[in-house]
Amino acid sequence: MIPFDFEYYHPSTIQMAVDLYQHLHEQGKRPLYYAGGTEIITFARANSIQPGAVIDLKSIPECNVLAMQKDMLIIGACVTLSALSEANPFPLLSRAAQGVADQTARNKITLGGNISGRIHYREAVLPLLLANGRMVIAGTHGIRVTSIHQVFNQELRLAGGEFIVQVQIDRDYISLPFAYFKKREIGHVGYPLVTLAAFRINHEIRTAYSGVCAFPFRSAEIDEALNDSSLPLAARIELAIGHLPAPLLDNVEGSPAYREFVLKQTMADAVHTLERR
Amino acid sequence: MSSFDADHHRVELQVNGEQRTVRVRAAETLLYTLRHHLGLTGCKPGCNNGDCGACTILVDSQPMKSCLMLTVEAWGKQITTIEGLMGTDVQRAFAENQAFQCGYCTPGFIMNCEGLRRVHPHANEETVRVWLESNICRCTSYEEIHRAVKDVFTLHTDKGRNL
Repeated sequence: MIPFDFEYYHPSTIQMAVDLYQHLHEQGKRPLYYAGGTEIITFARANSIQPGAVIDLKSIPECNVLAMQKDMLIIGACVTLSALSEANPFPLLSRAAQGVADQTARNKITLGGNISGRIHYREAVLPLLLANGRMVIAGTHGIRVTSIHQVFNQELRLAGGEFIVQVQIDRDYISLPFAYFKKREIGHVGYPLVTLAAFRINHEIRTAYSGVCAFPFRSAEIDEALNDSSLPLAARIELAIGHLPAPLLDNVEGSPAYREFVLKQTMADAVHTLERR
Repeated sequence: MSSFDADHHRVELQVNGEQRTVRVRAAETLLYTLRHHLGLTGCKPGCNNGDCGACTILVDSQPMKSCLMLTVEAWGKQITTIEGLMGTDVQRAFAENQAFQCGYCTPGFIMNCEGLRRVHPHANEETVRVWLESNICRCTSYEEIHRAVKDVFTLHTDKGRNL
């Protein structure tokens, strides 16, 4: 049971949602936008967040779009991960989505919610980082469209009152050869030791990671090292590991030393997989 | 949904084919409402954290962990709990295969399998494996549960082998 009360609103337009946020914020109610709500419910139950109000975005039509429009795939922020995998418009994203939580939970978890979450892993963001996805963001100044690289740096960084409406992916990216590995300590469900998503594009490999550090990331320096064909693979991987953006995670899933061991093997798996394709 | 005040709502729910009206806190989970307002105690509180699947119900035929859903979100949805199933193939298969020990997780497993049967009536082995990962049995009756599911589905893998 959630040990405190909050107010619940379910606006039917983007403007209503933005106005509600502004109004509730001015009243000091610490509003949160709400999509699948799984993380908000679990954190609230543990009393680690105390929103005074939640604004459910699922009644906003633009947040539920899943369609190809011209040369662009449009995914609404409230599309669930299971719906995304079932429709499979972007196979790498489907694979990443299928690795999050479990099947029943994925009937509730949304793409926007996963990207916006506070849990370290947020693996649905990896394909978007690789594909230079664009984020459609609503706020008090209207709608803006920006590269994911402008708003996702370790975590989603939006201005107060903003929320993700949609994600846009160029068609060119959605059918590229890819590799995806999620390596856990044990079993098929749970948080990763290492998750690696990779494309091969123009004879080069592009990689993104979760579970390695305390946030998902893509690194130009790591990709440059992995693509340095003047070096043997082992040396490329050693060089790549030297460019990690933060210390390796140390938690119940694995120690930094074990994670490094698994990461090196996973990098080799990804390179071998994509060089064969 | 009408609102008494912003943090309490009167919500009309469609539960097991009947319309029910409840007055709930906005922060109340559907699990709590089903058990404590409507007396539908078949959905079990386990982890209350979305991990164990004991509270699984169907919402518009999709399995959903009722501990991860606010009651106010269920407005206009068709909710099915274990009490709404009467002698289904899934229930019969679980009974015939004794696919339980203490039975606490059983309603959640049955609702998940019922959802699987509705969404993927010809689910293959891989789909069954993925869906069943959503539920945990502390008594480890997995072999019996697997046999029950095998009885429900005419299952074939991609290579045409029986499950």
